[in-house]
Amino acid sequence: MAAPGPARLLRAAAASSRRWLFSSTSPAAGPRPGYGGAAAAGRTARPFSLSARAVLSSEDKITVHFINRDGDKLTAQGKPGDSLLDVVVDNNLDIDGFGACEGTLACSTCHLIFEDHIFEKLDAITDEEMDMLDLAYGLTETSRLGCQICLKKSMNDMTVRVPEAVADARQSVDMSKNS
Amino acid sequence: MAGAGGRAPLGLRRWLSSPAPAPRVCVVGSGPAGFYTAQHILKHHGGALVDIYEKLPVPFGLVRFGVAPDHPEVKNVINTFTQTARSERCAYYGNVTVGRDVTVPELQQAYHAVVLSYGAEDNRVLGIPGENLPGVYTARAFVGWYNGLPENRDLKPDLSCETALILGHGNVALDIARILLSPLQLLRKTDITDSSLAALACSKVKRVWLVGRRGPLQVAFTIKELREMINLPGARPVLDPADFTGLESAVRDAPRPRKRLTELMIKTALEKPVEMQAAAAAGAAAPREWGLKFQRSPQEVLPSADGRRARGIRMALTCLEGSGDSAKAVPTGAVEELECGLVLSSIGYRSLPLDPAVPFDSQHGVIPNSSGRVQGVPGLYCSGWVKRGPTGVIITTMNDSFDTAQSVLEDLQGGVLDTSPPREGFGLVESILRSRGVRPVSFSDWEKIDAAEVARGKAAGKPREKIVDPVEMLQIIGH
Repeated sequence: MAAPGPARLLRAAAASSRRWLFSSTSPAAGPRPGYGGAAAAGRTARPFSLSARAVLSSEDKITVHFINRDGDKLTAQGKPGDSLLDVVVDNNLDIDGFGACEGTLACSTCHLIFEDHIFEKLDAITDEEMDMLDLAYGLTETSRLGCQICLKKSMNDMTVRVPEAVADARQSVDMSKNS
Repeated sequence: MAGAGGRAPLGLRRWLSSPAPAPRVCVVGSGPAGFYTAQHILKHHGGALVDIYEKLPVPFGLVRFGVAPDHPEVKNVINTFTQTARSERCAYYGNVTVGRDVTVPELQQAYHAVVLSYGAEDNRVLGIPGENLPGVYTARAFVGWYNGLPENRDLKPDLSCETALILGHGNVALDIARILLSPLQLLRKTDITDSSLAALACSKVKRVWLVGRRGPLQVAFTIKELREMINLPGARPVLDPADFTGLESAVRDAPRPRKRLTELMIKTALEKPVEMQAAAAAGAAAPREWGLKFQRSPQEVLPSADGRRARGIRMALTCLEGSGDSAKAVPTGAVEELECGLVLSSIGYRSLPLDPAVPFDSQHGVIPNSSGRVQGVPGLYCSGWVKRGPTGVIITTMNDSFDTAQSVLEDLQGGVLDTSPPREGFGLVESILRSRGVRPVSFSDWEKIDAAEVARGKAAGKPREKIVDPVEMLQIIGH
């Protein structure tokens, strides 16, 4: 079962504190050691090389387009091996409620819908991921969990879609910039 | 400016220069529904101020007191909730019981909008003789006990029998079965309370039956929890293949979740003999075991000879009328008795009315509402279990809370909520609370309690040792 190791979890949690649009305070405080650390304890780390970061040049980056629930296109980049959850968190992409369990296969909030030609080449799905997808909203034939999909060069420029959260798609109201 | 005091030069300046006063919203309850509602409002309204009230000193509701201790990954949502609570436009007030310390009409005076997200604090009752015998507990009390819920800390369940029976086929029933049968070393590193761990260490329970009135196609638990139970080390699933005859074709065209869940049960039921042979061949001692029993409706908890405790249960066998989710269990007339010293009823949680000023549908145990707008009371909203009933996983509550928040945002934008008269928010509530001798707990107070719990857990290698006594919690923060 692919689960993130402590280092990645902490990074994800710390980064998630940055994406709060309504906060003007510094996100100095990271995750709560009590809970975030507990999730990481005892799990197997996925290969993750810190040294890879230093030698990355822009051509190693992989571009991903996300079609958000409101139809907006968000474009971001990540490194090979990054999960799509990493890409969302590291780039502060504004997708409501994405990655609630922080990549531990305990929810389905990072559910994404893939293009057919990409979906066909994704790594095999585990029973555990299927189990969580069963609870996802708007499940399709090409649905996967973003935390389980790691970037490959062949994915460059792919487009993934964030499914509608509720069955009756309501006109979303955003008054975050109006005051 | 309670809730924004001093921490937020930017937000404050923006608010002061704005022509309209900032909308003030309060949320009653700090579980996932409360926090997800607050999060969505704060994120999508750049000026709204949100105060969250909580009955207990400590926040997070069922994430702290409901989610099983061996599911720490689900508790990761606390990281996001903490970010919300630390926002300069959000404040947390624990130790305040709405309906007693402050009424809903008083909150409506203080805020432009009031969102009720107080969950389901009661449970459905069996309504059968013997229900109150020692040895019979509600799932809610048992879960509260092992999770350190203050009101259940003295439950001291009697675990001296070999067979436990859980009435119900939901995820809570599976959680309890798992906690009862888990190897101790798996629980030791969780945030389960020390006293529950000590009680479980002395437990004699080695067999757990989960009993439902209906059949395998009506179970309410989800596949992740079932798979976890099947894979539990040292515990053997006992499923009767006869219960699953013909179901493979029945679910062929069912929605994927039901289909996969049923297929996993069928596969496990058919695998059983092989595993038994393997265990016998290995000369293994009788392992712990658990199983699902279907189409049995509890009639009476049977007392021991001296009448002082439960010794078993009598169940009516049922047949199903109709099919799918709407199938009804009808007694066939046959009955069955089963010996068990521990009976746990896990037949559902139930919300209670909070305040006479709030409409309540006691038949369904919910506040009548439309997309979270409480019927007939403008400015009053609800989210979570009190809105839609006590079912679903975290994503269900998240979506449902975003839906309610969306209604609040629409009403703010469309002028349904008149925000031109400024409201005092916590300033007003604070004077009410002071006059009644109630001292709220702030989020930074909680962070002190949190730090104390983490420190206590550290020595034992646990993520935390929960403090189960509210008086002790308040002592830590100098109240």
